[in-house]
Amino acid sequence: MGYPHQPHPRETPVLSKYFGDAGAKTYEGWVQRGGYKALEKALSMDRQKIIEEVKESGLRGRGGAGFPAGLKWSFMPKEKARPHYLCCNADESEPGTFKDREIMRWTPHAMIEGCAITAHAIQAEITYIYIRGEFTEPIAIVEQALAEAYDNGVLGANAMGTGNRIDMYIHRGAGAYICGEETALMSSIEGRRGNPRIKPPFPAARGLFGMPTTINNVETLAAVPHIINEGASWYKSFCLSNPKSTGTKLLSVCGQVRKPGNYEVVMGFPLKDLLYDLCGGMREGRTLKACIPGGSSVPILNREESEACLLDYEGCVESGTMLGSGGVIVFDDSADMVYQIMRLAHFYAHESCAQCTQCREGTAWMTRILRRMLAGDGEMKDLDLLLDLSEHMTGRTICPLCDSCAAPVVSGVNKFRDEFEAYIGRSKSAAVMAV
Amino acid sequence: MQQATEYEPVFTGGQREKLDRIIERYPNKQAALLPALWMVQYARGWISQDAMTEVADVLDLTAAYVEGVVTFYTMFHEHPVGRHFVQICTTSPCNVCGAEDVVAAFLKHTGCGELGATSPDGKFTVIETECLGACGFATPVLIDDDFIESVTPEKVAGLLEKYR
Repeated sequence: MGYPHQPHPRETPVLSKYFGDAGAKTYEGWVQRGGYKALEKALSMDRQKIIEEVKESGLRGRGGAGFPAGLKWSFMPKEKARPHYLCCNADESEPGTFKDREIMRWTPHAMIEGCAITAHAIQAEITYIYIRGEFTEPIAIVEQALAEAYDNGVLGANAMGTGNRIDMYIHRGAGAYICGEETALMSSIEGRRGNPRIKPPFPAARGLFGMPTTINNVETLAAVPHIINEGASWYKSFCLSNPKSTGTKLLSVCGQVRKPGNYEVVMGFPLKDLLYDLCGGMREGRTLKACIPGGSSVPILNREESEACLLDYEGCVESGTMLGSGGVIVFDDSADMVYQIMRLAHFYAHESCAQCTQCREGTAWMTRILRRMLAGDGEMKDLDLLLDLSEHMTGRTICPLCDSCAAPVVSGVNKFRDEFEAYIGRSKSAAVMAV
Repeated sequence: MQQATEYEPVFTGGQREKLDRIIERYPNKQAALLPALWMVQYARGWISQDAMTEVADVLDLTAAYVEGVVTFYTMFHEHPVGRHFVQICTTSPCNVCGAEDVVAAFLKHTGCGELGATSPDGKFTVIETECLGACGFATPVLIDDDFIESVTPEKVAGLLEKYR
């Protein structure tokens, strides 16, 4: 449902069905709502069959990259020679995104059940749930849910009486956006600075503690029990546009819109309908100026592009952006795009782990240029400098944080150039030239 | 050299037992570093050089290594802060909804004056923080461990009453 609003008839609540329903938080309540049936079924299934089912469903990573989940699992060694690990990525920090928080707050057992099924499929005895440090409430709720799952024999050395060991622990982050990047998250669990690592080796070969590891986002894992219960073809049937994008997606809508919240729709849903119908459109007297559909790391769309965009992996690429994490940031005609783009650049500069030169220097440099422009010291050549810089910041570093900084800056300069030029036109140097 | 005040260790008795149970979750002691640092911060309010040395000793690390990790994570305090630590999200989605006005209201009503400063009565430290992950509930504010949604400048004075 469009939590915190009443569900909209055009939503398809699968993951969000119990958002706002406090009864779903407890083990008892979850079992009453059909919980842990999928785990019971999965524990009696052949591991390979579980992986095939998830592959067949078309489920793709909901954290941002959109990598097919079943395919990722299939990279894990079939013969277990060393410990295997599962990491649940609950470091939700992508500006504009707040869906995993809602999954953990209302349906912690959905995430735990998804983790347990996945852990079984990839032969992981231990799962670490990495929750960002600021999520004090979700941490407390998941802690309580884990305790209940242990008390009821769902987890532990003899999970659901099957003799399988499925242990699950929370690892609390401590304030670092970069720890949402999969290898940085593993560094952080290992008690290191959250520095991303060069790939390959990929986590399935050498991940956490150097062992084969799978890492999935909360929303991805929470979808797994539904696929096991209802089957791959049921899940695949949720598709409005491209058959490569299946299932439902939680879209976190925020910014300058009448009804911000989490809306769950079928893949391929039009962004226009999400904004104007489900979210009630713009505030009184305002019109849409821009929208970032996939969290702040993807290119900004202008109004025309937003109104034509279909919300699935391919549809967003066709519109020149990405579905990312599904964090939909809305800007109306009152937004100062130069200032907001500076805030985004500032975010990446603040969150850079500082390993790679292009990122450490580039994100800070972009922020300085934008601040200078806002302070009235901008020059026309700064716009070219921003675009030139961004080329050197894209595809050249260990992780994509640097690219993520360039995306909103480049799209912003290209699509809202008049706003940048207006700042430069009012600048001190322009005033001198006019004299 | 004699220390001015004796450092009192955090990891004794129950706290030590608690940490030992956490260490069991991981294949090595180093992985318990973030949990150990959180325990220190909850016990002392911040993480001093002496505390870093203690953590290093307990986990078979070096103090320099521990410091390297402490400085990476923004939530760990390397210096004492006010009794209540206020973090206000000012990243774009909240920013366009007026987050900077919320910051101004907190600075005014706490008496902190400027970001990162502690109020003269020692009760509050206010900082801007990057995305708190609750963008649909602009502006989210974290006061100690209390996560508060949809804060507006008008609500600030009333909110602070609880912490005075």
